Amino acid sequence: MASKPPTISDKSAETVTRAEELAYELRIHEVMTENVFSLSPEMQMETALDIFQRERFSGAPVVQDGDLIGILSIEDLIRALREKHLTASVREYMTTELAIVRKSDPVVEALKTFSRTKYGRLPVLDEDGRLVGIITKGDISNGLLDALQRDYHAEELIRYRASHLFEDIISHRTSLILRYDIRQGDFIHGGFASSNIKRALLRLGAKPQLARRCGIAVYEAEMNLIIHTEHGGTLRVEIEPHKITMEAYDDGPGIEDVELAMKPGYSTATNEVREMGFGAGMGLVNIKRCVDEMRLISSTERGTNLYMIMYLNDAEDDPKMVS
Amino acid sequence: MKLNKLVQLIDGKVLTDDSLGDRDIAGAMGADLMSDVLSSIKPDSVLLTGLCNPQVVRTALIADIRAIVFIRDKHPAQETIDLANAENIPLVTTSHGLYDACGVLFQAGLPSFETQTEDDCA
Repeated sequence: MASKPPTISDKSAETVTRAEELAYELRIHEVMTENVFSLSPEMQMETALDIFQRERFSGAPVVQDGDLIGILSIEDLIRALREKHLTASVREYMTTELAIVRKSDPVVEALKTFSRTKYGRLPVLDEDGRLVGIITKGDISNGLLDALQRDYHAEELIRYRASHLFEDIISHRTSLILRYDIRQGDFIHGGFASSNIKRALLRLGAKPQLARRCGIAVYEAEMNLIIHTEHGGTLRVEIEPHKITMEAYDDGPGIEDVELAMKPGYSTATNEVREMGFGAGMGLVNIKRCVDEMRLISSTERGTNLYMIMYLNDAEDDPKMVS
Repeated sequence: MKLNKLVQLIDGKVLTDDSLGDRDIAGAMGADLMSDVLSSIKPDSVLLTGLCNPQVVRTALIADIRAIVFIRDKHPAQETIDLANAENIPLVTTSHGLYDACGVLFQAGLPSFETQTEDDCA
């Protein structure tokens, strides 16, 4: 009876765990036990019992002339013991109704077979139908755990490489530059650039507090570009081992009175902008409080350039990014 | 305070896919001006606000806010919920007003995580 596979919606697909993904990605031959010990059908049950006890087997395939003809499990041995019939041959007690899987099948096929049958182990056959291994639920758990660990190491490696970027590259002055084009009026994406800048800093090994301060400053600057410019502007972040320079520039309209613009609470924002929670006249004030150095150069002819600089000289601030 | 206890205290409803109820919330702040939030919220807090646009979630990301509570039954647009789902920031809505909701949480022992204006950036 073939049961209908459950439909996977986009929504539920998002919550599919990595282990579930791996069950489809990993192939049975990657997790199975190879070189399995096989029994001959003419072997006495007593001999099989000795082997199982010595090797701590809980089951073994029975092979005749290279073909798989059955499985002998510990339950079959118990049956023979109960019936006090250890002189019988393996052939008489082995299970011949076999559920098999192919070595190139995904692991999920074995999982499905386990849940459909009562078996604890499945023989694995190659394309020519020859026995190449045995798979148990334990093999699958171990295989998934190994694969998850490999994933984890890969992620760790990326993180490690990023945080040692500045140590690995030798030059008189190494820097990493991130650029983001910010569109005027694009409130929906407001903060997109800043959250990515913050994430990049964390990945490069910056301490959370430093990344947060940079994030706040650059977020206010990003919102200013969205709210106050004529054609949007650019965010440019230059990361060096000893400092982070964040720059927001645009081509107009420029700030008429820079001193006034720096006063807490002063704002030229429209009501619409205020309804969105911005334009309270605190942006530049916030920026100044978050960064070590701030410079605002603006003219009605050339537009506005805002420089925000964080120094990383203090070894306590951020050991990894200090050369 | 665990997030699911907080949600229970204010009769809240979680709007995001994963409620992350086991998440620890260290303190709270209530505000509608994002610049106020950015300038004065300490990390690991919950933000109570009447503002529902995606900027609230971005603000949360930048300022290390662990959860957002919308007051007066406000319901953000799907794009805000989508962003919150993608960034693992739980969204909660409550019928309480801002003062009420803050009061309930304060009385239950959740401290204010809003710094005074003269303090430096946290």
